Amino acid sequence: MTIVEIGLPKRLVEMTLDGESVRVPEGATILDACTAKGKSIPTLCYGDTLKPANACRVCMVEVEGSRTLVPSCSRKVEPGMVVHTDSERTQHSRKLVLELLGSATDLSTTPHVDEWMSACGADPSRFGPEAETKLQPTIVDNPLYVRDYGKCIMCYKCVDACGDQWQNSFAISVAGRGFDSRISTEFSTPLPDSACVYCGNCIEVCPTGALSFKREHDKREDGTWDESAQTQTTTVCTFCGVGCNLTLHVQDNEIVKVTSPHESTVTHGNLCIKGRFGWQHVQNR
Amino acid sequence: MSRRKKTEPYVRLTQPLVRDAGILRPATWDEALDRAAEGFRRNVAKNGPDAFGMFSCARATNEMNYMAQKFTRAVIGTNNVDSCNRTCHAPSVAGLAKVFGSGGGTSSYQEIEDADLIVLWGSNAREAHPIFFQHVLKAVNKGAKLYVVDPRLTSTGRWAHKWLRLNVGTDIPLAHAIAREIIASNLINRSFIERATEGFEEFVKAVEPWTLPVAELETGVPAELIRELAHAYAKADRGQLSWTLGITEHHNGTDNVLSLINLALLTGQVGRYGAGLNPLRGQNNVQGGGDMGAIPDRMPGFQDITDPDVTAKFNAAWGSNIQARKGWNLTQMLEAMERGDMTTVYIIGENPVQSEADCEHTIKRLSNLDHIVVQDIFLTKTAQMAHVVLPAAAAWCETDGTFTNSERRVQRVRKALNPPEGARDDIEIMSQIAERLGAPWQHMTGEKVWDELRSLSPLHTGMSYQRLEELGGIQWPCPSEDSLEPSFLHGRLWEEDPVKRGMPATFSPVLHSPPVDELTEEFPYRLTTGRRLDSYNTGVQSAGFESPLRKGETLDLSPQDAEKLNVKAGEEVQITSRRGQIQAPVRIDDGLTPGLVFMTFHFPDEIDVNIITIEATCPIAGTAEYKAAAIRIDKLPVKVA
Repeated sequence: MTIVEIGLPKRLVEMTLDGESVRVPEGATILDACTAKGKSIPTLCYGDTLKPANACRVCMVEVEGSRTLVPSCSRKVEPGMVVHTDSERTQHSRKLVLELLGSATDLSTTPHVDEWMSACGADPSRFGPEAETKLQPTIVDNPLYVRDYGKCIMCYKCVDACGDQWQNSFAISVAGRGFDSRISTEFSTPLPDSACVYCGNCIEVCPTGALSFKREHDKREDGTWDESAQTQTTTVCTFCGVGCNLTLHVQDNEIVKVTSPHESTVTHGNLCIKGRFGWQHVQNR
Repeated sequence: MSRRKKTEPYVRLTQPLVRDAGILRPATWDEALDRAAEGFRRNVAKNGPDAFGMFSCARATNEMNYMAQKFTRAVIGTNNVDSCNRTCHAPSVAGLAKVFGSGGGTSSYQEIEDADLIVLWGSNAREAHPIFFQHVLKAVNKGAKLYVVDPRLTSTGRWAHKWLRLNVGTDIPLAHAIAREIIASNLINRSFIERATEGFEEFVKAVEPWTLPVAELETGVPAELIRELAHAYAKADRGQLSWTLGITEHHNGTDNVLSLINLALLTGQVGRYGAGLNPLRGQNNVQGGGDMGAIPDRMPGFQDITDPDVTAKFNAAWGSNIQARKGWNLTQMLEAMERGDMTTVYIIGENPVQSEADCEHTIKRLSNLDHIVVQDIFLTKTAQMAHVVLPAAAAWCETDGTFTNSERRVQRVRKALNPPEGARDDIEIMSQIAERLGAPWQHMTGEKVWDELRSLSPLHTGMSYQRLEELGGIQWPCPSEDSLEPSFLHGRLWEEDPVKRGMPATFSPVLHSPPVDELTEEFPYRLTTGRRLDSYNTGVQSAGFESPLRKGETLDLSPQDAEKLNVKAGEEVQITSRRGQIQAPVRIDDGLTPGLVFMTFHFPDEIDVNIITIEATCPIAGTAEYKAAAIRIDKLPVKVA
């Protein structure tokens, strides 16, 4: 019989973070250490419920003795490690990465990206009109999801959430190679013909709004999406007995979006189609 | 013949309705509340308190359920309170409570992830409990083995390392054969059996006839597969056994549950981290409804209603005079309506007209009543039969309170929306009726109700709202505010000290009893029912959103049967049982074997499957045999244009 590893208590590891001595549990990443110390590091492809994809390169930091910068989201802390998160090298790298991403992708719905750009002085337009984002038509092939791949940074989070890390539906993957690589259903079929079960767990983790809920998309289109007027209240789903936590995003007494807290031990941020979309009945008033 | 029409999404109720000259008309809240109270008073005065029945709501909060049973017991003076737990997992609660003393699943979801063997029996968790199944898949992806026992090859079964395809209603022979094989191969946990159980010898005799070849003949599962599961379960470090309605929705559901519990007792797969017995509950708060005492035989926290110390405690707190005897369960209440012994019901958020088996019969029974009050968010088919209809707030998003999930975790429900104007909070409505019946009830908020419950139920004492908030929910039991209990139940069974070990768990030598609705030449097909991923129960809630996956009601057939009947996918056929007749389009499902057909019950306004299901009920728990009807399928004559 297979013996499944259930883990042992963790030792603490000592390191230096921006000149300050820090102790973190063995196995923690540099990003974990930063979060524990209240230091904010920009991240895009990092997901708190996912294994690191190491794709976007915005979280790179400097480790003394390392020839190259390292991704803080995946590099584990080692005893005696000395890390700089705000050195000239890291700032320079972050600026260039954001400029490259911003020149080729529509980041208009990516949270915090404007702050990060201005903090490091990034200017995506400096590569000229040749490098500008090529807008693609948004794909609306079902009543629940919208896919806008002009906003996709190929971070793989949706693929991981749909695949063996959570949903295990494998409805989407990376198709093509090199410049042609893109997120796609099998044979690029419309979602309703794919293996998609509309759990929305890909949207939950999408960092740029390339994947969005139809309701949010429509409200943005007609100019009625107003996050400042929204409340977020966490309650429990009304369908089966598993007891998933739902965070209801409410605007003008209407549910406009449903997410789930990533720290919930029941859901880890994941829901099914009923929890994610099955709320309209209460507001058929 | 049922009428066919498209399921229209329901619209929220915003005005009370009362029935005059046979017609429901809008009324003011005061008029409707007066009528509701007056009808209860009239019936109780004429026929005594037991003429009253409360259908409490497995969708509503713990707080609402606590108040509903308090209303029934303290204001009316009867114990006739129950909820739709009766149509699903009452056998699980009855079975677990009988053997272990409390009716909850024994493990946490985290323990499922850490198991090395998982058996899903009569459960299509992939579709019916998708997020639970993610925990199962975590374990599978880490190397755990998954066995699925189901007559259908479902999307859950497609994930299994081994699928055991048993004939509908042969769960006990299969469980007994597994037990016999474990005993014969000397894989029992002898020290656990000796220390923590009783009735082993008698049990050995009961399973003796179920050799592998005999079981193969009855269940249809190859002997080698039965043997493999027996050995894998007995040898697992942390074996999990979970089940759903494939076990409980039978005329002998409680016996089915007991036959699974036997396996855990035999191998010591209970009471330890990672090993356990877990019914997957079907409704957001069906666990909590029972925990709160909205069942006829238990007070809040599963306290025994026949224990004079228990009733004395509640009488002192409530200033009441509770009858220290069991009330009628939902099934018995329906029977009492037919006899004329029950003449009035207060139905909160339940839709028995569409959810009960053999629904024409249920309608007839409800029509016997003098006074029906329905409190709901929609004008359901049941509400349309009421004398008074009271528009309620939706518990899960328009009120503050708590729900309890399948792992016994009590979690906060928070008000995110204002209810539509005209709808009121369930507890407020109930309090206003109670006041009119002379009970000095003041309207209490969710937290005040919860604190009263905590003071009376030791299982919940340590769960303040503040603590629930801080810890992201707490599993019961939680008797103290200063500590947390282990995530699994019944660790006491492993104690060295007999005093700490407490009441031994008893083996149940249950007997096989095949489905009541016999297959004959006239009714040769076995119909079983279940859920699909994007829809839910009678569709009242799930019809409210547009799903790309939804295909409507179908009769699912194996390719072989479709060929035999000469029918194609999409073709309408006539389906007849001993109780009624419906029509539905055919869908071909290669996960079905010849002779077995499947339908959901999600679209009763289009095709009412419960016209043909059977109301044969479990004598212990009162759950109907939705999973096994005998039917005939007829090709319809070609329509002449």
